[in-house]
Amino acid sequence: MTTTDVLDPSTPHLPGEPAAGTRSLRGAIRDFFRNRMGLIGVAAIVFMLLFSFVGPLLYPTDQIHPDLLRITRPPSAQFPLGTDQVGYNVLGRLMVAGQSSLEVGLAAAVIATLVGTIWGAVAGFVGGWVDSVMMRIVDALLAIPALLLVLLLTTILNPNIVMVIFVLGLISWLITARLVRGQVLVLRGLDFVQAARQFGERPWRIVTRHLVRNVIGLVVVQATFEVANAILLFAALSFLGLGPPPPAANWGGMLNDGLNYVFDGYWWLIYPAGICIVITVVAFNLIGDAIRNSFDVRLRTK
Amino acid sequence: MTRYLVRRVSQSVAVLFIVSVIVFAILHFLPGSPARAMLGIRATPGAIAAFNAANGYNRALPVQYLLYIDRLGHGNLGFSYHFDQSVGSLLGLDLPKTAVLVGASYVLALLIAIPMGIVQALRREKVLDHTLTAFSFVGYAMPTFWLGILLVVLFSATLHMFPSEGPQGATVAAAFANPGALVLPVATLTIVTVAQFSRFMRASAVENLLQDYIRTARAKGLSTWQMATRHLLRNSILPIITLVGLSLPAVLSGAIIVEALFNYPGMGWLFWTATGAHDYPVLMGFTIVIAAATVIGNLLADIAYAMADPRVRYQQA
Repeated sequence: MTTTDVLDPSTPHLPGEPAAGTRSLRGAIRDFFRNRMGLIGVAAIVFMLLFSFVGPLLYPTDQIHPDLLRITRPPSAQFPLGTDQVGYNVLGRLMVAGQSSLEVGLAAAVIATLVGTIWGAVAGFVGGWVDSVMMRIVDALLAIPALLLVLLLTTILNPNIVMVIFVLGLISWLITARLVRGQVLVLRGLDFVQAARQFGERPWRIVTRHLVRNVIGLVVVQATFEVANAILLFAALSFLGLGPPPPAANWGGMLNDGLNYVFDGYWWLIYPAGICIVITVVAFNLIGDAIRNSFDVRLRTK
Repeated sequence: MTRYLVRRVSQSVAVLFIVSVIVFAILHFLPGSPARAMLGIRATPGAIAAFNAANGYNRALPVQYLLYIDRLGHGNLGFSYHFDQSVGSLLGLDLPKTAVLVGASYVLALLIAIPMGIVQALRREKVLDHTLTAFSFVGYAMPTFWLGILLVVLFSATLHMFPSEGPQGATVAAAFANPGALVLPVATLTIVTVAQFSRFMRASAVENLLQDYIRTARAKGLSTWQMATRHLLRNSILPIITLVGLSLPAVLSGAIIVEALFNYPGMGWLFWTATGAHDYPVLMGFTIVIAAATVIGNLLADIAYAMADPRVRYQQA
C-alpha cells in the first residue's frame, strides 16, 4: 500500500490514552528480543542492509554504462537474475537500488520523527489557540492524499535523491505530531504534575523529564512504520516516473521498467524488485509491532 | 449533540481554510508564472504585464488570495493549459469514473474486511487468525502497482481472463459498458484496502470481546454465532464508520496508481498526466477538491458515529 496517510497500520489505542506505559527501557528491550516476529524483522533488515551495501563490494557490476548487446537476457550462470532492457545485471542492480530505497526510507523517517516530535510537543505544551492552529494544520495536511502532495512537490522541485528524502520527510511527520501531542496532554494532566505545580516547580520541566521516557517508545514505533511507508511512497513515485532519473536505481524504478515486459514473460524484471520491497516493508512493520508490544504492558495481558 | 456538531463543523471550516492557504502558497512558490505558462516563453514584458493586470496577479498577496477564494466560491477551479479546458469541466467528466472505481472497491473491501476481522478475533491466535494476519501484513506491505502488475501477469498475460486495461471512453457510461475491464483495477484497490481495514476490524473486535456485555451474552446461553452477529458485529463495526472517512486520502492515493497502471481515464490518471505536463491549475484544482471531499467525508463520518453511539458526544462535547 502506498500511503500511510491517516492509517496508522495498527491502532488499538484510543486517542489520549497513554500507549506506552512507564516501562523500564531495559525491560522493554529484553521483551523485544523475546519476540520471535520482531527478531525475524531485524534479521530481514540486517540481510537487506548487507545485501545492498556490502553486496556490491563482493559482487561488483557495472550499473552506469548500458550494454545494448545483452539486453533482457534470461537468468544464467553469468547473470543469476538476467539482464534488463538496457543490459544492466539485474542482481547487481537490485543491490544498488536497495541502497537508495533504504537510504530514502531511513532518512525520511528521521526527518519526520524530528519534525513531528517537536511540532507535537510544542502544541501540547503551549496549548490554547496555538495548539488549535498547529493541529488544524496537521488536519489540513492529512486531508490531502500523501501521494498527491509528493507528486505536486516533485513536479515543482528537481527529483534528486536529497529532494525526495526532504519531501517524503516533510509529509510523513503528521501522525507522530498527533501522538506526541496526545502524550504531552496526558502527562500535563497527571496528578504528580499538578502536585509539582502546586509546589511551584515549573510543570514543563517535569513533563520534559518524563516525556522523554514516555514518548520514546511511541515515537520509535511510529518511526519504524514511517520507514516502511516512505519506502512504499518512494517506490510509487518512481513507478509513476517521477523518481530520480537513470542511471540512479531504486526498486520502484526497476518495476516501472519491468512493466513494459509483462506480456513477454520476463519474470526476472517483475518479481525480484517487488519481493525486495515487500520483505523490507514487512520487516519494518514487524519490528514496529514488536517494539510496541514490548513497551505496552496493557496489550500483553490480553 | 448540537454543541458537538457546531464544534466539528467549525473545525472543518478551519481545516478547509488552511488547505486553501497551503494550495495558494504552493501556487505562488511555483517556478515561472501563470503568464509564462499561458502566453509562452516568447511573450513580451508588455503582454505579461497586461495579462497579470487583467488577472489580478499584480496585486498584493492577501488580495490575490481573496480573489482566489472568490473564484473557488464561484466554482471556478482554473483553466488547464494542457487540456485546453476548464478544470471544472475536466473534473465533471473524470470524477464519476474515479467514483465508480473507488466506490466499488470500498464496498467490496468492507464486505470482505468486516467478517474477516470478526472471524480473526473469534479465532484469535489460532492458525486461521495467523494466516489471515499474514495475508493482511503482506497486502499492506505490497506496493499497489506491483500487486496490480501481478494480477495482470496472472489474469491477463497467462489466463487471458480479463483485459489489462481499464474501460476506455470519455463518459462514465463506458465504464459500465465494459465491466470485465473494471475487474482487475477494482480487485487491486480492494485487496490493498482489505489489508488495512481488516486489521482495524480485528483490533476493534478483540477489544469488544473483552467487554462485560459479551460475557453477559455468553452467560445467558447465546451461541457464538448469535453473540457475534447480535452483539459483537454491531459494536465492532462502529469504528469502521470513522475509518471509512479517514481512509479516503489513502484510497484516493491508491486510485491514482491504479488508474495510471491500468490506463483508466479517471481523475487519478488525469492528475498523473497533469504532473507530466506541469499543468498546475489541474494539480491545484484537484488537490483542493480532494481535500475538501476528505474533510467533508470525515465530518459526515464523525456525525454518523455520534448519532450511532451517544458515548462519543458526551466524551468529546
